Formats: sequence, structure tokens, C-alpha cells
Amino acid sequence: MQDSVKPDGITPSQTVGPFFKYGLTPTGDYAWNDAFTNSTLTPDVSGDRVRIEGRVLDGDGATVPDAMLEIWQADAQGRYADPQDKRALPNASFRGFARCGTDKDGNYSFDTIRPGTVPDADGKPQAPHLVLAVFARGMLRHLYTRIYFGDEAGNTADPVLALVPADRRATLIAVRDAGKAVYKLDLRLQGDNETVFFDV
Amino acid sequence: MTFIYPTGSNTAHPLPLSPEYKSSIKRAPNKPLIPMRHTLSELTGPVYGHETVREGDNDLTTQHKGEPLGERIIVHGHVRDEDGRGVPNTLVEIWQANACGRYVHVRDQHPAPLDPNFTGAGRTVSDAAGYYRFVSIKPGAYPWGNHHNAWRPAHIHLSVFGHSFVSRLVTQMYFPGDPLFPFDPIFNSVPDEKARMRMVSSFDLENTKPEWALCYRFDIVLRGKNATPMENH
Repeated sequence: MQDSVKPDGITPSQTVGPFFKYGLTPTGDYAWNDAFTNSTLTPDVSGDRVRIEGRVLDGDGATVPDAMLEIWQADAQGRYADPQDKRALPNASFRGFARCGTDKDGNYSFDTIRPGTVPDADGKPQAPHLVLAVFARGMLRHLYTRIYFGDEAGNTADPVLALVPADRRATLIAVRDAGKAVYKLDLRLQGDNETVFFDV
Repeated sequence: MTFIYPTGSNTAHPLPLSPEYKSSIKRAPNKPLIPMRHTLSELTGPVYGHETVREGDNDLTTQHKGEPLGERIIVHGHVRDEDGRGVPNTLVEIWQANACGRYVHVRDQHPAPLDPNFTGAGRTVSDAAGYYRFVSIKPGAYPWGNHHNAWRPAHIHLSVFGHSFVSRLVTQMYFPGDPLFPFDPIFNSVPDEKARMRMVSSFDLENTKPEWALCYRFDIVLRGKNATPMENH
């Protein structure tokens, strides 16, 4: 073991590239097993089950068939499955993390539960949301954004949505398919209606 | 331990738009990223331990009937935070081309042979001190269509989680002294030379196994430092 030496900085990011699928999202197409799927659902999970789906589009409006998306979210009680969240134990096996590669038409989907309310840095409630990381060939570092739920009254008081110019907020809000537990949100990496990404 | 994640550390990363890397031109946002204070959503992250990894997943040379062709290597090091402490029990995933510079991915059209004994994917979990280790073969350089006579320097892709969702890192580990460094727009997308060199492994003679495999050391430094009253939030 080496002694701990203070590093002179972090390791820089590099693109995930075009060829990550066989390692990170093989989903049966390669001789490698998946560590993660596009679902956070576990047998013990409580809360409303929802599907979130959409497309990833580039600056020309072309679909991105080689993106990887990851979500991180609280459980239905608003608790994160991380010991750093000291409030309470979440559902015993719920992890709150999922990963999805886009398909040849740029589609993604996640099966999960609608998260609860989580406090912000001042203890004020944030509207239910997922944190989303977007990786792709051409992206030298992944981008962070959030997904909110269109039928959630708490969005109007959400402190993070409030940071976003009003005319761009819709890029963060998934719209419910009438009558179904399906929410739709396209991610636009660039150009008209460009998705809001956060500097975190 | 409570960690903070100063956004200043992010200056080590490439900018989203790096025009020399052509794929970035239509995939980089035009609008500035919106700054926000970290909340519990950013300060926590997924916890995946040994149950996620099978015995032998960190040895890419034993996943098939025979041994892959190429130069056998050991790649090891520590996952650390910005204070230099090891990051324990964190998942490290890798993927790479074979010794000929060919990926098993269906869209890789480089006319170099596939190796039936090599997939090129591995994963492991760092130990209590943050130490990780892989056995693999040295990947080859390969051409790509970015510009005339464009070749990627040999590299291994890495994906690491760390203590929170904002410490998440996907990067590439390079090999020391690669003559392709000056010509690679992905490597050179990192603006600072010292930061660039943190993506280059070092040859490790001490841990090279005689009659068996060369060893390379690669420490991975993730965002996150100890929150003390002296730190400037």
C-alpha cells in the first residue's frame, strides 16, 4: 500500500466513447453480465411505479443512438439509499440507481418509483425529482440534469427549478401520458429547447 | 465523514465543446450550465459492493476457453479523494480494445481481427484502502474517422462511482510515453498539461511479475474532500 499523498487535482473526465455497450450496458448482446439495468424496482419497494421514457437528440435534432443515461433518486419517502443520508433507512433493498443505453433510435426508458420530497441545502422541500447523468460519444464529460414530474404541484415552489429561467423549465419536466403511469421527456443536448444542464 | 465537492475542481475536466474532437460539435450544450448548491440529491450516491462483482471479473484474460493474444498486463492503483484518502468499496468498471486495437462492439469496423478469447470488459470493487487491481492485455492503438490519419493512443476506459453522484467519473487510462499523445484531440481536450498527465499510468517495475506480466500503476482521484471549517464553500 502506498502512503496517502495529497493529489495535485482530480483525474479529468474523458468521453465514454462509442463502444461502451459491451462493458456497461451489454443487456444480453455480449458475453458479459449487467451490473445494472434500467430499473430501480425491487420486490420490497413501496411507492407508485412509473416509467420515464424519451429520446436523446443532438444539435441537429438527430437521435443519439449511443448515449448512456444514469438516474439516482430517493425512495417514495424521500430517503436516499446511502449511509450519508442519516434520516432513516429506506426500503431494505431499494438502491435508487439505474442505467440505460439509448437504442438505435435514440430511445431510453427507466422503470422506477416516484420519489418522495427531499430537503435542499437549507432544509426546504424540493419537489420529487431524479438526478440524471448523460454520457455519450462526443461528450468529454457527462452532463447533469434533473427530471421532475409534470403533475406535481410542488414544482412551482422547487428551489432548483426556481434557478432556471421560466421559459426553459419545461426541459426538466416529464409530461404524463394521460391515464398511464408513463412520463415522457426528450433530452436535447444542444440548440432549440436545449435541456437545462447544471454546474454541480 | 462528510465530504464537500468544490466546483473549482471541475476545471480539470475538458470543456464540453472541443472542436478538434468533431463529435463534440453537435453534442455540447450551447447554453452555460446553471450553477446550483448541492443538495442531498447531489451529495449522496449509489452504493454497490462486492455482491455486484463475481469472482474473476477483474481478470480479463480468463473469461474464455483460451488465453487472449497480446501482452499480458497488471493495472492497479488506488481510488482516492481530493485529500488523498483511499475511497473504499467503490465499483470500478473497465472496457477496452483487444491487442490489435479492435473492440468487440458491433459498430467497430476497424479491419483488425477479433480475439475469440477476449471480450475486454471487467469490474472490481476497491478494498478498504481504496486499492483495486485488474489483469488484462495491453490494448492496441486504433484508427478513427475524426480527421486524416487519426489514431487513438492505447487506452483503457474506466468508470468509477465514489462517495456521491457528483464524484462520478468516466475516464480513460493511457500508457506512458505514447507517441500518439500530441495528435489525439480527446487526450488534449484536457486543457492543463499536469491534469492531462494524471490520465497517464506509470510503469511499475516493482510490481511487474517476473516471467509473467508488466505492471502499470494508475491512481484515480475523484472529487470530494473533507468538510472542515477552514474549507471555503
